[in-house]
Amino acid sequence: MSELKRTVLYDLHVGLGAKMVPFAGYQMPVQYPMGVMKEHLHCRTGAGLFDVSHMGQVILRPKSGDLADAALALERLVPVSILALAEGRQRYAIFTNDDGGILDDLMVASRGDHLFLVVNAACKDADLAHMRAHLSDDCEIEVITDRSLVALQGPGAEAALASLNPAAADMRFMDSTTVELMGVECWVSRSGYTGEDGYEISVPDAQAVALCEALLAISGVEPIGLGARDSLRLEAGLCLYGNDIDTTTSPVEGAIEWAIQKVRRSGGARAGGYPGADRILEELENGASRRRVGILPDGRAPMREGTVLFATDEGGAAIGAVTSGAFGPSIGGPMSMGYVAIEHAADGTQIYGEVRGKRMPATLAPMPFRPSTYKR
Amino acid sequence: MNYTEEHEWLRVEDDLVVVGITAHASEQLGDIVFVEVPDANTTVSKDDEVVVIESVKAASDILAPLDGEIVEVNATLEDNPGQVNEDPTGNGWMFKMKVEDLSVLDDLMDEAAYNKFIG
Repeated sequence: MSELKRTVLYDLHVGLGAKMVPFAGYQMPVQYPMGVMKEHLHCRTGAGLFDVSHMGQVILRPKSGDLADAALALERLVPVSILALAEGRQRYAIFTNDDGGILDDLMVASRGDHLFLVVNAACKDADLAHMRAHLSDDCEIEVITDRSLVALQGPGAEAALASLNPAAADMRFMDSTTVELMGVECWVSRSGYTGEDGYEISVPDAQAVALCEALLAISGVEPIGLGARDSLRLEAGLCLYGNDIDTTTSPVEGAIEWAIQKVRRSGGARAGGYPGADRILEELENGASRRRVGILPDGRAPMREGTVLFATDEGGAAIGAVTSGAFGPSIGGPMSMGYVAIEHAADGTQIYGEVRGKRMPATLAPMPFRPSTYKR
Repeated sequence: MNYTEEHEWLRVEDDLVVVGITAHASEQLGDIVFVEVPDANTTVSKDDEVVVIESVKAASDILAPLDGEIVEVNATLEDNPGQVNEDPTGNGWMFKMKVEDLSVLDDLMDEAAYNKFIG
């Protein structure tokens, strides 16, 4: 096994008393002394600071100088309208494969003369190879290796960041722009992975520790680890790549077809033209045979990843399985997401999950489990 | 108080052995969100899985530390699993066992030995 990498913020985490664990090739903080439960709840009431520097930051620049050419090139790999993305705006996208499965999910921002992409840590090498293979004729592909990425999330995030630069308060959900923080140029988006209002901040490595220390010095801002990040995103109904979506799940099965704008669907001006378009367009018309759903166990026992799901309390074949499951501190009970056969996928359907050999009742429920609080 | 290598504590009260998990174990597990205790009046053998604990991280089994009969369980943990973190050797107790010969506890670690064990 290769050596685990450290982010620029490693020493800060250790100094704060974090428990460090291996994650996607990096040593990352899974929790701080506050503990997962309190960190989760703090992020919902105050503000939480997350190190997400392990994620990949990539810039695509059009070789022609016309951003539309980079946008159209990237559209060959994602079923999303990049051309329509206005300057200073960001949107969710997915890289699909020829089978209509999902190679990764990512954020794409239009920053005037270039596109700025944030991809998952575990996928970033493969994503880069994929982009180099398919976009090199049209784009300069620049991997950002000298910037850290941190997220500031929660109802206190706006006031905290605005105390460093009032312009942060003027941004709305999915805006992405340059904001000067402590004298350095930061690339800030109003987005995140918690269901809370908040920001993701790309900051030069040399200033990353100082920025984090300044944010943590603000009353109500606490560091939050990967443990709470997972329960926060699950309460918000957000997919974890590798668990809830992967190369075997299509966007329609994964219930993320909302990310596919009309212009890329059948009848649209730029319909298809991405890997797996035949299957994805067909499923957009006719639906898929299974679907990602929210699951609320009736009891207190969590139904974790891999829990097999059934339609009845005994007998019958499995109808699906859980892909993420945990205890939701803000909803005060267990929650899961997973895939079930489409005939069992309606909200309110009673199903059963096999936990330690016993079939336990659960109810399909809409997501997010806890309403999101984005500043639209 | 005596201790097992499975991080359980055992304390004799009124000729019964009260069992729970140590503060060290509860810290390692993290915030506990679910505890399933067995039915009272269950005969168990040493190392039988008798209690299920789910923390924010994972599920774990608590094993019977001795042969005997579980005569009382702490049912309040089903509604308040966090008691195991807050007060592992008090309100976080899990079950009480009747054992034939209390001298078997002498084979277990005492506090000094346990502290050395978790070193």
